[in-house]
Amino acid sequence: MPRLRLLFLLALFPVMVAGAQLGLRAAGMEYCLTQLTMSVYYALVVMGLCLLMGYAGQVSLGHGAFFALGGYTTAVLTTHDFSGIRACAGVGVLERAGLLVAQQDLYGQAGLSVAPWAAFAAAMLLTFVVALLIGYPALRLRGHYLAMATLGFTLIVSKLLLGSALTGSADGIHGVPEWKLLPGLTVSGRSALRVQNYYLACGLALLLLLGLRNLLRSRVGRALLAIHDRETAANAMGINTAAYKLKVFVLSALLAALAGVFFTHYTGGIAPSEAGALKSVRYVALAAAGGMANLWGVTVMSIALNYCSLRGWFGSYDNAVFGALLILIISLAPEGPLKPLGLWLRRLAGRPDPERRTPHGAP
Amino acid sequence: MALLEVTDVRRAFGGLAAVDGVSFTVKPGQIKGIIGPNGAGKTTLFNLISGLLKPDAGRITFRGRSITGLKPYEIAGAGLSRTFQNPSLFLQMNVLENVMVGRHCRTRWGFLGCGLRWPGQAREERAIREAARAQLDVVGLAHLAGWSAGALPFGQRRMVELARALATEPAMLLLDEPASGLNTREKEDLGRLIRQIRDRGITVLLVEHDMSVVMGLSDDLLVLYNGRPIAEGAPAAVQNDPRVIRVYLGEDLQNDESGGDAPPRAPATPPATCCSR
Ligand SMILES: Nc1ncnc2c1ncn2[C@@H]1O[C@H](COP(=O)(O)OP(=O)(O)OP(=O)(O)O)[C@@H](O)[C@H]1O
Ligand SMILES: [Mg+2]
Repeated sequence: MPRLRLLFLLALFPVMVAGAQLGLRAAGMEYCLTQLTMSVYYALVVMGLCLLMGYAGQVSLGHGAFFALGGYTTAVLTTHDFSGIRACAGVGVLERAGLLVAQQDLYGQAGLSVAPWAAFAAAMLLTFVVALLIGYPALRLRGHYLAMATLGFTLIVSKLLLGSALTGSADGIHGVPEWKLLPGLTVSGRSALRVQNYYLACGLALLLLLGLRNLLRSRVGRALLAIHDRETAANAMGINTAAYKLKVFVLSALLAALAGVFFTHYTGGIAPSEAGALKSVRYVALAAAGGMANLWGVTVMSIALNYCSLRGWFGSYDNAVFGALLILIISLAPEGPLKPLGLWLRRLAGRPDPERRTPHGAP
Repeated sequence: MALLEVTDVRRAFGGLAAVDGVSFTVKPGQIKGIIGPNGAGKTTLFNLISGLLKPDAGRITFRGRSITGLKPYEIAGAGLSRTFQNPSLFLQMNVLENVMVGRHCRTRWGFLGCGLRWPGQAREERAIREAARAQLDVVGLAHLAGWSAGALPFGQRRMVELARALATEPAMLLLDEPASGLNTREKEDLGRLIRQIRDRGITVLLVEHDMSVVMGLSDDLLVLYNGRPIAEGAPAAVQNDPRVIRVYLGEDLQNDESGGDAPPRAPATPPATCCSR
């Protein structure tokens, strides 16, 4: 049964992805793929939050900042001119290894920058360390310490990005080069590569979805749910609760940073608003809208809502829409709108929920 | 040699010593009962042994190794599992998944292996499922495997919790009032089950209010009162101990005076009059 559902989803997702692309092409609106691709990258952040909040029950208000940490790390490393250190020992080795590459800046000046792959590795490593430093003290305790610590982190990152010349202050960083992932596969905002990048983003999302789905249907997923439900009992049943909370927090931070890196290479830049507290709250709202502990739900919801937002449908009420969404969901459908909808459809089809029967269906 | 050795353990909450100077041993293969009136410190003692609370003083040794101050998950891993006075199932999971959580400390695959569904991990996952089914069979609830844990009545929740504890492959099991909330037939089943568990080689330490259950099952009995041990020995000897009788009679008198706002539970009748087995 679950296998059938997986096959269904595996078929459904590519069909939806391809359908959207072909539909937009037929409508002569292929330019909309750009916003759709960006929404898919944003959805990766929310997928991580789904694990952290929906499964492990830990709240983070810092995932926007982790997205920005990934994006800015790669942006700084790939645009900053490091030719000043050419004289240093070892730089030649790095250059020959392909970690440093000759680069032309916006004005055509030759410079020396870090190669995108190396910048990507650096971004992930930095995020790993930062997430450990924030999560370790906050997650040994029970309660909402993680939400507070990550909120503090968000405020610090925003302030640093706005105040530092290295990160371009309020303007952010532009001119981030494209990233040649593989021969013939380039993360780039060039309109010639628009379709390719759309499928690249969706493929990445699908791979991550499958990996996370495997994870959640394993002893790790059960441990996370158990921690969410009853931390004491989980611990007494042999789960190292502090370690699991820390690991899932780091994993979700890495997903956010990964999204930030791809997003930055795709759009060619990043702005400090990505790190703002409002962005982090938006990710939380999107996770709630998708039903929190519903991987496919949060993905679809966050792609849809971010797309609307990026197309400017919410106008100047953009942030307010997400705030209102959060209030509406918490007061009307705490499990998200998808689950009641799904149950309703099931009942309409005359089928009881197969896995989670209640005494009504009992002999 | 004793399997579990508790030496002079003490734990206070504020000024109140909930457990004070408690020492006892449990021999392998025993069913040992702990009784005492409400608030005697039985649950606190279990929390100390299973690592949910740290003792202020004293030492706890399990299988010849000190477990004092270890984390609960480490103690579970060492082979000491427990159930809770208020069944604490994971309500977002179904019955089988609850029991599968019990296999956690006997299985190994981590985030990466599980995410990639490595062949060995998939095999382990199947083994977890089978072992959990087997434990559900032991408590007679295999037919409820797919049920939502929250949909079960109280008595069955207790049984699922027992299966979950058994799934950790314990050498010793701590049961905190497993018979409370069960009807007479369920209590008889439980008694049989506990003996069966002991016969499989699992030592049992049992807190119980229901005298008929605890007197019939225990090889050995410890009586706590106000956090202190007041009697220990074979059930027949303990139930005739004048101090034990006095404690239980006194408790009865207090209950009569305090009116009806206490939660309903088995009356603390003196053990001398209620041993039905
Ligand atoms: N976490 C706690 N904080 C403060 N006091 C506590 C705590 N846990 C237990 N106590 C107190 O310690 C004493 C012993 O409680 P405990 O729960 O161990 O008793 P018990 O023998 O299990 O009783 P019962 O038969 O009602 O389950 C009680 O007076 C109780 O109020
Ligand atoms: Mg108790």
